[in-house]
Amino acid sequence: MKILRKVLDDMEPHFHKGGKYESWFALYEAVDTVFYQPNTVTRTSAHVRDGIDLKRIMILVWACAFPAMFYGMYNLGWQANTILADMAVPPADTWRTTLIGLFAGNDPSSIWDNFIYGAAYFVPIYMVVFFVGAFWEVLFAMKRGHEINEGFFVTSILFALTCPPSLPLWQAALGISFGVVIGKEVFGGTGKNFLNPALTGRAFLFFAYPAYMSGDQVWTAVDGYTGATALSVAAQDGMEALTAQMSWFDAFFGQMQGSIGEVSTLAIMLGGIVLLISGVASLRIVLGVVVGTTLTSLLYGAVGDAGSNPMFAMPFYWHFVVGGFAFGTFFMATDPVSASMTNKGKWFFGGLIGFMVITIRVVNPAFPEGMMLAILFANIFAPLMDHFVVQGNIKRRLARG
Amino acid sequence: MEFLLSIFVESVFLKNMALSYFLGMCTFLALSKKIDAAIGLGIAVIVVLTITVPVNNLIYTYLLSEGALAWAGYPEVDLSFLGLISYIGVIAAIVQIMEMVLDRYVPALYNALGVFLPLITVNCAILGGALLMVERDYNFAESVVFGAGSGIGWALAIVALAGIREKMKYSDVPEGLQGLGITFITVGLMSLGFMSFGGISL
Repeated sequence: MKILRKVLDDMEPHFHKGGKYESWFALYEAVDTVFYQPNTVTRTSAHVRDGIDLKRIMILVWACAFPAMFYGMYNLGWQANTILADMAVPPADTWRTTLIGLFAGNDPSSIWDNFIYGAAYFVPIYMVVFFVGAFWEVLFAMKRGHEINEGFFVTSILFALTCPPSLPLWQAALGISFGVVIGKEVFGGTGKNFLNPALTGRAFLFFAYPAYMSGDQVWTAVDGYTGATALSVAAQDGMEALTAQMSWFDAFFGQMQGSIGEVSTLAIMLGGIVLLISGVASLRIVLGVVVGTTLTSLLYGAVGDAGSNPMFAMPFYWHFVVGGFAFGTFFMATDPVSASMTNKGKWFFGGLIGFMVITIRVVNPAFPEGMMLAILFANIFAPLMDHFVVQGNIKRRLARG
Repeated sequence: MEFLLSIFVESVFLKNMALSYFLGMCTFLALSKKIDAAIGLGIAVIVVLTITVPVNNLIYTYLLSEGALAWAGYPEVDLSFLGLISYIGVIAAIVQIMEMVLDRYVPALYNALGVFLPLITVNCAILGGALLMVERDYNFAESVVFGAGSGIGWALAIVALAGIREKMKYSDVPEGLQGLGITFITVGLMSLGFMSFGGISL
């Protein structure tokens, strides 16, 4: 490690003002702080809880998304291989199948085969997302003189995990570009945006290319195969059709179609609980979402006519395990930048997400899934909630005298 | 009753004046720097819309629409081409009267609203409210609900925008985008969030 430190130290002068590579300082700084904890953290008791650098927090979030990512890849391959075995046709001849053929077969009972199949779909998406997003991040950092922030690690993996497996790579590039540039960098970078950048990019793709981001064609990595997500099955054919297809525990463990990283509630919770314990994700927001979802779906269940709209009959515990609910709750809603900052505001923020996600899923026939839009909607009102909480505190203290 | 409720919800969220129709943009962008001012303007818009839309509804039904003058003995007259000019006149008059009444009886509110009251005479969300009311064939009760609902929707949008802009004081926006530029982008992103209602039909 000493050698590495020496290499970095020797390089450093070139990146300072007047040096040969002055405009590349952001890049040097990023590499340096990935390997070594910077010593510019706050040490006094002025306002911090601990002296951990932002980078370490972001890397933790990134690592916490891994269980969902690995399970997602396995599930993607398992779904595809099972279908291929059922249809008894060889997979279409693309560069991906050639790649899979190099390392593994197509046996749905082999964990390795499934995993490789999933990796052949997820890794290219993630690579494209990562490099295109990193390009924008570095470009803005160099031109505007701010640090390259590991927030981007989080944005890139969250964005990639919310993509459907068969997303064309150029769209992944377009989506992450929109998310990083319009969702974050035009406001000045990490910590200054008001919408979750990963979701902004995804929402952009969702509305710009609906055929690639929703519908029944996109959730399975097999050409021409139609497989509906749990939510669209329930929206079209009712709860009986859904329970005939899978049990609640199937959905909880994640044996279903869906975006790559959203399927397994269990794997997401593994990472999510680490985030909650370490205090990176706010427990108040998560509980707010859960309470809001439960109350809203009980309300709709009581007043709604399940005959006309089968979604009214979906019980709240099913809402927790289908679609992007778990992923959104643990990883997206708890984004410390775009969520409410005040403790009381966090409850309302979570509650609003819970209310909106059920409202969109149940009442809005246009979108079977509502987590993404619910979080974006709540992001809009987060600063306002903070404002009223702060005003309320000021009034109370004034009254106390 | 349920029908009125669905008009209300529709005009607050689904067909939000500011974020779905982009009406009343100039005041929406110009006066959303501070939450308090935004709340004042929002209340003013709610009050004015709730009054002018039903009044214009009466004028349209009993004076302007085709056959409306049958009571005066002219069943074949159709004055609907006078709509635009009548609505804006009515709006200007009502705002003027409201200003005088508020000044006389509720000076606190008058001072709070300040310059916003005369300003919203020319706010296109107000005129848009009257025109949409005619286009959608609302009756009197519906137009009251529609006026109040779209006013509340507009107020909600401007207050939310003001909240975001107060937070954005800490942002580091590129020079060329500072001010209105970034506000346009912000409003665009906000309406992306409001797309969650697109597709609901009540």
